[in-house]
Amino acid sequence: MVRFQNVGMRYGLGSEVLQDINFELRLGSFHFLSGASGAGKSSLLKLIYLAHRPSHGLITLFDCDVTIAPRRELALIRRRIGVVFQDFRLLDHLSVIENVALPGKIKGENWDTIAGHAAELLAWVGLGDCIDASPLTLSGGQKQRVAIARAVISRPEILLADEPTGNVDDDIAVRLLHLFEELNRLGTTVLIATHNENLMNRFDHPRLHLAGGELSGPFGRPSQHTETA
Amino acid sequence: MFFGRCDLALDADPARRLLPWLVAMIVYLAGLSLAGMMSLASAVERWDTGLKGTVTVQVPPGAFRASGGAMEKLLPLLRKTQGVVAARALSKAETAALLEPWLGEEALGADLPLPRLIDVKVRTDPGPDLKALATALSAVVPGTIVDDHRKSLDRLITFARSVELVAIAIVILVALAAVATMAFITRTGLAIHRDGIELLHLMGAFDGYVARQFQGQALGLGLKGGAIGTALTVVTVAALSHMAGAVGAGLLPRLDLGLTQWLVLAAVPLGVTAIAMITTHVTVLRALKRLP
Repeated sequence: MVRFQNVGMRYGLGSEVLQDINFELRLGSFHFLSGASGAGKSSLLKLIYLAHRPSHGLITLFDCDVTIAPRRELALIRRRIGVVFQDFRLLDHLSVIENVALPGKIKGENWDTIAGHAAELLAWVGLGDCIDASPLTLSGGQKQRVAIARAVISRPEILLADEPTGNVDDDIAVRLLHLFEELNRLGTTVLIATHNENLMNRFDHPRLHLAGGELSGPFGRPSQHTETA
Repeated sequence: MFFGRCDLALDADPARRLLPWLVAMIVYLAGLSLAGMMSLASAVERWDTGLKGTVTVQVPPGAFRASGGAMEKLLPLLRKTQGVVAARALSKAETAALLEPWLGEEALGADLPLPRLIDVKVRTDPGPDLKALATALSAVVPGTIVDDHRKSLDRLITFARSVELVAIAIVILVALAAVATMAFITRTGLAIHRDGIELLHLMGAFDGYVARQFQGQALGLGLKGGAIGTALTVVTVAALSHMAGAVGAGLLPRLDLGLTQWLVLAAVPLGVTAIAMITTHVTVLRALKRLP
């Protein structure tokens, strides 16, 4: 599903933030991506959700070599990936439900269908009473839940989350992780970047660890779906 | 409704709020240039048609006095000439009326020596040999001039064509200004909404989807500005036409436009809007190509 072969990445003309990364995420796997701040977790996710091109190496997503795929093909691949951004990236002039429904709108789906799904998802993440609110009126934690709802509304085949629990309390963090596990059970491959050791320790999922731009850890192991604490 | 609403908050852009007024100015300038060009072209055509098939025989005042009964000698000769359809001597009053717009009533009131004119209608194909006619007439009444108006009309046509070229140049410059303005405003919008555009891109939006957001804005604002500019053009043309009419029919070309010409003016805002949309589309697509 996701394969990196000798992948490196740099910003502009700077030094490489990722060096010779090799790993594979199999269909239906669930991984944590750990590492200290600045280790390159966000950069690695950017390569997967095609926000950045590698400086070298080969990236294969859904059996497609993305370094040579045509532009339109890349857009279609992006639609199969859900992303929870660290900074939420909500559009402030749209309402909460419109933000969540945006991936469906981009795909050209029927409004009634996606509005129904969006409302359900918002209720599930505890925001059922603020579907018409502006994101500007929400707290950091609420924004994060809106961002998560938006990332999962289209039932993505891969879900990437960059510090998805950074702005929520432990209870909600655990609840969100359960949501990700539920999606994983439905077949979504999940990769969560976090430096929250406590959270990772509570769930028995394999870890990929980034340090000094290099990756280590067990790759491709199927998910266990168990909370250990 | 969300599906009709723009994903990007383009309405809030300061530069975009100015767009209708910029389009209005562009449409106004292009409209006025075209209206002027078309009126002048019509005037030249009217002059050309009006003077085709006419020749004026001019008998200077001195020659008229020296040869008694000049008209009686010239008119029969003219009427006998092959290619001449009719010849009519203009009275002194008619001649004065022709000169009144240039000289004024007071100057003509004095004992001003005026040439005597004969209005001659001629066939155009084949017409009379004007050179031979002039020689024959001069032989009868020395100093008589035959004027087929061609020289002055040719000068007028050359002048009109030059003005037309200037008007076309103005229209082209205005179109280029529209392209530059739209490209600038679109680039500003792209910079302001970079994060939102990147988000749509990362969600799998095709480049055309993002371009359509900007294009839709350009269409709405372009038509709004176009309507304002067209209204201003119509008012100005109507006012100038009225003023030209008040000055006098002989001095200025009429500014009244025909149906086709009004349709051309009505097409100006649509053309400017189309330019705005195409420029926006191309600018957005070129900018998006830089995204991975």
